Amino acid sequence: MSPATRDEIMTVAAARSLRDGARCFVGIGLPSAAANLARRLHAPNLVLIYESGTIGSKPDVLPLSIGDGELAETADAVVSVPEIFAYWLQAGRIDVGFLGAAQIDRHANLNTTVIGPYASPRVRLPGAGGAPEIAAFSGEVLVMMRHRPEAFVQQLDFVTTPGHLEGGDARSRAGFKGRGPTRVITDLGVLEPHPESRELILTNVHPGVSADDVRDATGWRLKVADDVAETEEPTVQELGVLRDLRERTERAHLG
Amino acid sequence: MAKIIPLSEAVGDLIGDGSAVAMEGFTHLIPHAAGHEIIRQGKRDLILYRMTPDVIYDQLIGAGAVAKLVFSWGGNPGVGSLHRLRDAVENGWPRPLEIVEHTHAAMAAAYVAGASDLPFGVIRGVHGSDLHEHSKAVRWIESPFDGERVLAVVAHRPDVTVIHAQRADGDGNVQLWGIVGIQKEAALAANSLIVTVEEIVDRFDAVPGEMVLPHHVVTAICHAPGGAHPSYAQGYTQRDNGFYTAWDAISRDRNRFEEWITHHVRGTTSIAEVLDSIANAGDGE
Repeated sequence: MSPATRDEIMTVAAARSLRDGARCFVGIGLPSAAANLARRLHAPNLVLIYESGTIGSKPDVLPLSIGDGELAETADAVVSVPEIFAYWLQAGRIDVGFLGAAQIDRHANLNTTVIGPYASPRVRLPGAGGAPEIAAFSGEVLVMMRHRPEAFVQQLDFVTTPGHLEGGDARSRAGFKGRGPTRVITDLGVLEPHPESRELILTNVHPGVSADDVRDATGWRLKVADDVAETEEPTVQELGVLRDLRERTERAHLG
Repeated sequence: MAKIIPLSEAVGDLIGDGSAVAMEGFTHLIPHAAGHEIIRQGKRDLILYRMTPDVIYDQLIGAGAVAKLVFSWGGNPGVGSLHRLRDAVENGWPRPLEIVEHTHAAMAAAYVAGASDLPFGVIRGVHGSDLHEHSKAVRWIESPFDGERVLAVVAHRPDVTVIHAQRADGDGNVQLWGIVGIQKEAALAANSLIVTVEEIVDRFDAVPGEMVLPHHVVTAICHAPGGAHPSYAQGYTQRDNGFYTAWDAISRDRNRFEEWITHHVRGTTSIAEVLDSIANAGDGE
């Protein structure tokens, strides 16, 4: 088996962060791959919830969209969009929200709206979708992003989704229910908010990556934990299951 | 009372230049055939509502039919950007596009309010999101009961809502199932409702998880089998993920997009012809 790529290590590290039985609100793309991997490994009872209203989906391949037919056909329940956002997310029935973003800042606030000024953007991104409420009302939030200086920025062009706002106890003062972003899993390592300041600190580096590599890929002066751990290499089983999932997904979507 | 009429007649009669139109279907049951018909008839200055603009609105925006878009997530799901939406916002091509954007939760609440004939819907809202600062469609208010701050979202009241469904019966009742998204709320928020369907039957049997829209809230039913393509109708068609992927390259380039619309949409008269035309040209495989 060829060695794990950085993206594969990121996906495995994210999957390991999900505990069995958790109710997980899943975004499409990287988060969906990690959540479906976790369900095939240590977390067979992970409840996958997609914003199209499918609760307890058990897809055989990774969906391309949040509304692929298989998500509904394999779900425990399919509910309407107003219901999924009001009764399930806003009412606090989600344990883990799982998000990606184009930009993140040191307090894990996220931008998925624009690069450049709002009125005349250089790049118009897709926008909010469910992310602001997912981050505000889930028990905790995992963020998955590729680590690049233009993505890990000193100042967001637009705060679509508040994470820890300006840090400290800002989140609880704003009335958010959940703990907010608890881990940012990247292709280089893992960042976690400091317990008091809520500033993201480098706590893990992936195999073959140094703390300096991560600093270089971060647009602010990244603080590093005193005892940075190295992420455990993906096991043969983890990697095998992930690659099999990806292969079957590719066949299904291009077939 | 629902009339069973051709799609061209429903669009011609009910949608005018400048109409406010919601074409809903959350990934599933997206009324693409109706979108094509609006382009064919050259409708202008539309105000469009939709949670996820998707390929259907990318086509309408690129064709120059849209003045204003009210939405909550504007990407090509699992693929990337909607290039025609981006070109309109970033460069004003083919015409400037006014946007009003929400979160999904706010957009859903706005439809619920419209369907309930309320001036606004209420959600908790997300303090600190710049989205709320940039929008005139939401306002923080205090609960009259305990003073808690919540977010009011102005109701959506489109002139016309268009949805695609699996079946209608001879009386004009409409049945849909699978991911039912925001369709009921969008349908009941509007003054008129156009429904394209896979099939018209005398009577339909109950299906698990079904939603039924009674004939007296349906204005027009149009038979358009395959009319959700590249989206799908559970039990009838599959989502064409290959087309969503292919749309990225088709829509990225203005000329290629215009050729695609001219050839496959303006040069056809129905979704069946669109699908044949795409297949013959290998354009979208």
